[in-house]
Amino acid sequence: MEQAIFEERRDQIHRTGEGPFELACNRDSLAGAVSQRACVFCGSRVVLYPIADALHLVHGPIGCAVYTWDIRGALSSGPELHRLSFSTDLQEKDVIFGGEKKLKAALLELIERHKPKAAFVYATCIVGIIGDDVGAVCRDVAEKTGIPVIPVQSEGFKGNKREGYTAACKAMFTLTGTGDISDISPISINILGDFNLAGEIWIIRDYFKRMGVTTVANITGDGRVDDIRRAHGAALNVVQCSGATMELAKMMQDKYGIPFIRASYLGIEDMADSLYAVAEHFKDRDPGIMERAQQVVREELSVLLPQLGQYRKDLEGKKVAIYVGGAFKAFSLIKAFRHLGMKVVLVGSQTGTKEDYEELAAICDPGTVIVDDSNPLELSKFVKELDVDLFVGGVKERPIAHKLGVGFCDHNHERKEALEGFVGMLNFAREVHASATSPIWRFVPRREAMAKAEAAKKEAL
Amino acid sequence: MSDSPYVSTTNACKLCTPLGAALAFRGVEGAIPFLHGSQGCATYMRRYIISHFREPMDIASSALGEKQAVFGGGPNLKKGILNVMSKYGASVVGVATTCLTETIGDDVPRLLAEFRKEFADLPLPEIVHVSTPSYSGTHMEGWHAAVAALAGQLVTQKAEPQRRVNLMPGLVSPADLRHLKDILADFGVDATILPDISDSMDRPALLDYEKLPAGGTTLADIRAMSGSLGSIECGRASHVAESAGANLERRFGVKNLRVGIPVGIRESDAFFAALEDLTGIPTPKKYQDERGRLVDAYVDGHKYVAGKRAIVYGEEDLVIAMTAFLAEIGVKPILCATGATCKNFKAQLAAVTEGLLPEPPEAREGVDFHDIAEQAADLAPDLLVGHSKGYTYAKAWNVPLMRVGFPIHDRFGGQRMRHVAYGGALELFDRLVNVVLERKQEDSAVGYGYL
Repeated sequence: MEQAIFEERRDQIHRTGEGPFELACNRDSLAGAVSQRACVFCGSRVVLYPIADALHLVHGPIGCAVYTWDIRGALSSGPELHRLSFSTDLQEKDVIFGGEKKLKAALLELIERHKPKAAFVYATCIVGIIGDDVGAVCRDVAEKTGIPVIPVQSEGFKGNKREGYTAACKAMFTLTGTGDISDISPISINILGDFNLAGEIWIIRDYFKRMGVTTVANITGDGRVDDIRRAHGAALNVVQCSGATMELAKMMQDKYGIPFIRASYLGIEDMADSLYAVAEHFKDRDPGIMERAQQVVREELSVLLPQLGQYRKDLEGKKVAIYVGGAFKAFSLIKAFRHLGMKVVLVGSQTGTKEDYEELAAICDPGTVIVDDSNPLELSKFVKELDVDLFVGGVKERPIAHKLGVGFCDHNHERKEALEGFVGMLNFAREVHASATSPIWRFVPRREAMAKAEAAKKEAL
Repeated sequence: MSDSPYVSTTNACKLCTPLGAALAFRGVEGAIPFLHGSQGCATYMRRYIISHFREPMDIASSALGEKQAVFGGGPNLKKGILNVMSKYGASVVGVATTCLTETIGDDVPRLLAEFRKEFADLPLPEIVHVSTPSYSGTHMEGWHAAVAALAGQLVTQKAEPQRRVNLMPGLVSPADLRHLKDILADFGVDATILPDISDSMDRPALLDYEKLPAGGTTLADIRAMSGSLGSIECGRASHVAESAGANLERRFGVKNLRVGIPVGIRESDAFFAALEDLTGIPTPKKYQDERGRLVDAYVDGHKYVAGKRAIVYGEEDLVIAMTAFLAEIGVKPILCATGATCKNFKAQLAAVTEGLLPEPPEAREGVDFHDIAEQAADLAPDLLVGHSKGYTYAKAWNVPLMRVGFPIHDRFGGQRMRHVAYGGALELFDRLVNVVLERKQEDSAVGYGYL
C-alpha cells in the first residue's frame, strides 16, 4: 500500500496525532505524479470567468479556451458573454512571427461584435515564451475602442492556480476606482470570492439585504464591470474562499482604506458567523443590524434544522474524504459534516497554505489524514484504507471514488446545485444522503467482498 | 485553408492535438500517457476526457515551471518518466509534447535517447514519443499522429506471417470497438486494434483502483503488426504525413486498405468488403442478416425522416461518416462543418454522398460554432447532428440535437453509444427517427399515441 506514496511527497502527507504537525506545501507539483492541480491560467480564468458583461479572450492555442468553455456553473442575472469561449487559436505561423497582430485583430473584431464593457486578455504558456507584448496590444486596443482592455498575466507554467488568482486580482484592481461612488450607502459591502455557482450569490445577497446591507459589487459571481469600477465605494469587503480574491481585498485596503473580513457561506455556523461578522462591523452605524442578522438566522434555521435531522439519522457515523481546490472550503465542509453526524477521515487540497493546514489539523479528529497536492494513487489508497463512505471533490476525483464503490458529492465550480447558505446546507445534506445511502453500494465489488468476509467470519464462529 | 472569415475563434469546433494523443496512448496495454509541458494541460485534458467516459484518466505531466521553461524541460521529463515507472509500473510511456515544450525547443527524441543511456541498468519501459504542438492541428491529428508513432516506433522488425488483421478504427466509442472486435472474431482472424480503448475507457466495477486499467492493444500484438495479412484504416480524411497503415505498408509490405468510419450501409459495406479482401472469407451470415434488418428498418422509418434538414459538425472523419449515413436515409445534410482543416474534406463528402444527393452538401472546414451559427439562421435546420458542444445552439434554435461522437458530456452513456457497422447504424437510425417523432409529438396540439 505504502508504495502509492512518492518518497518526495512524504512530507506533504500527515496523519493528525502522529507527532507534531508539519506539512510541506506550496511546492511545484512533482513531475510524473499525476497531480490534480491545474495551472496559473486556470486560476485566473476561474476568478474572472463570471464577469458576465466582459469579453474573455484567451490568447493562445485552442486547448486553453476550449477546455474552459462554459464549464463553470457561474450564473448571470443578465448578460451571458462569459459563457462563450473566445480564443486567438494561435497557429504555427503566429508562433513563429508573433501573435500580436492576430491578438489585436481578434480583439477589435470581438469588441465590435459584442460591445462588451471591458475585455480581459489571458496570456497562456506559449505567449510567455514567444514574448508577445500583450500589455501594449491591450493599451492600443483600449485607446481605439474606449473600453478597458486588461491583460491577465496567466502564463500556465509560472506557478500554480494561486499565482493565477493574483494575476486576476491585479487585473481587476485596474478597474476599481474608476466609477462614480457618490450614491453608495455607508452600510454597504462587496461580496468577494463567490462565483454564483448555481445562483448561490443570489441566496447570500438576499440575507444581506434582509439585514439592511447593500451590495455594491459581486466579485465575481454575477459580476459586472461597472460594479467593479465602483467597488472602492463600499464600506467593507467580505471575502470568501481561501485566496482567490484575498489579494484584491488587500490591495483595496491599502489603496482605498476599505477593511475586509473573511467569510464562508457553507454550512450552518460559517454562514451565520459570516452574517454576524458583517453586522458586528456595522453595528455602530446601524444599531439594529445585529438584531436583524439574528432574525435572518433564526428564520432560516427554523426551516432547516428539522429537515436536517431526518438526513442525519441515516448518515450518523459514516466516513468522509474531502479533496478540494482551496483549503478554506475544507474547514466549512468539516463543520457541515459534523451536523450530519459524519466523520471526516481524509482532508486535502490542491493549493492550501501552511496556515490553512495548521488550522485544518487543529479542527480535525485524531487520525485524520491531511494531504497537499495529492494524486489518484494516493487518494485511492487512502479512500480504501480508511474505508470511506463518501468522497467530496470535483470531476477528476469522482471516478476515483466511483471506481472504489464509494459515494460522491460534487463540490466544485461546475456544480448545478446551490450548496451555500442555509438552503444550500439542505441541498448539500440531500445530495450527501442520496449518494451515501444508495442501495447500489451493496453490489459494488468492495462491499460485496466485505460482506462475504463478514459472512465467512460468522460461519467460522 | 480555413473557411472562416474571422480572425478570432468563438466556441471552437475542435480540441487540441495533445488531447488526441493522450487518449490514443490510453488504448495500449500497460501504457501511461505523459504530456511534456506544464501541469495544467494534463489536468484540463483529464477533466475533459473524464466527463465523457466517466472513467479515471491518469495523464502524467512533466509539470514544467518557469525555470524549466527557460532552461529546458529535459530534467523534468526524465524525472517524470522515472516517477511513472516506479509508481505506475508502466510498460509503455506515451510522451506527447505540448505547445510549451515545442516552442522552447526541447528535442524530445534526443532527451529520450539520453534517458535510455543514463538509465540503461534499469528495466526501462518502451517510450513512444509524438510531436503534438497544440498550435498545429486538432485532437484528431494528435490521435492519428500518436497511432502512427506507435506503429512507427514499436514495430521494428518484420514479424512471422500470421492470419491477423490490423485495424486502426479512429476515435470511435468503446461500444463501437467491442462491436468491431466481435466482427473480426466472426471472420475467424486474430485482430490487432490500434489503439483499443474499449476496456480502458469503459471498465467494469472492480475491487480496486487500477493504476493502469487492463485492456488495450498489447505490445506483442503491436510488434506482430508487421506480419499481418493487412491493415484497415478507418477515416477518409487525411491527417498526418504518413498514417500507421501506410507506414507499415512502406516498411514491411503490409497491405493497407483505407475505408471510411463504417457508419450506415455503404460505408459498412466497404468495411466488410475490406475484411473479405484481406481474409478471403465471405461476410458471415450474421452480418448479412444485420444488414437486412437495417434495410428493413430504413424502409419502415423512411417517411418520418424524409427531407429533414440537418447540420452535421465535429471531427472531420465522423462528419463524413455521419453525412454518408444521413444522405442514405433521406435526411439532407445542409451544412457539414469541422474545426479542422484537411485537404480532402470536401472531396470525401462528395464521394460519400454520390448518387444519394443531387449535389454534394455544403462543406466548411476550419470553422467554429460562431461561423456555423451565422449560417444556420438562413439554413433553418430541422436537426443538429454532432457532439454535446452544439447543445446551446440547438436550444437557441429550438431544434433537436442528435448526439454522436466525442465529447458527449451533457448526456449519460456517451461511451456506450454505438455508431459503426450495420448494428451501429440501426441504433443511430432508431434514435434519429425517435428524435424526430418526439419533437413532432411535443409540437402537436392534440398529441397522438400511434404512429
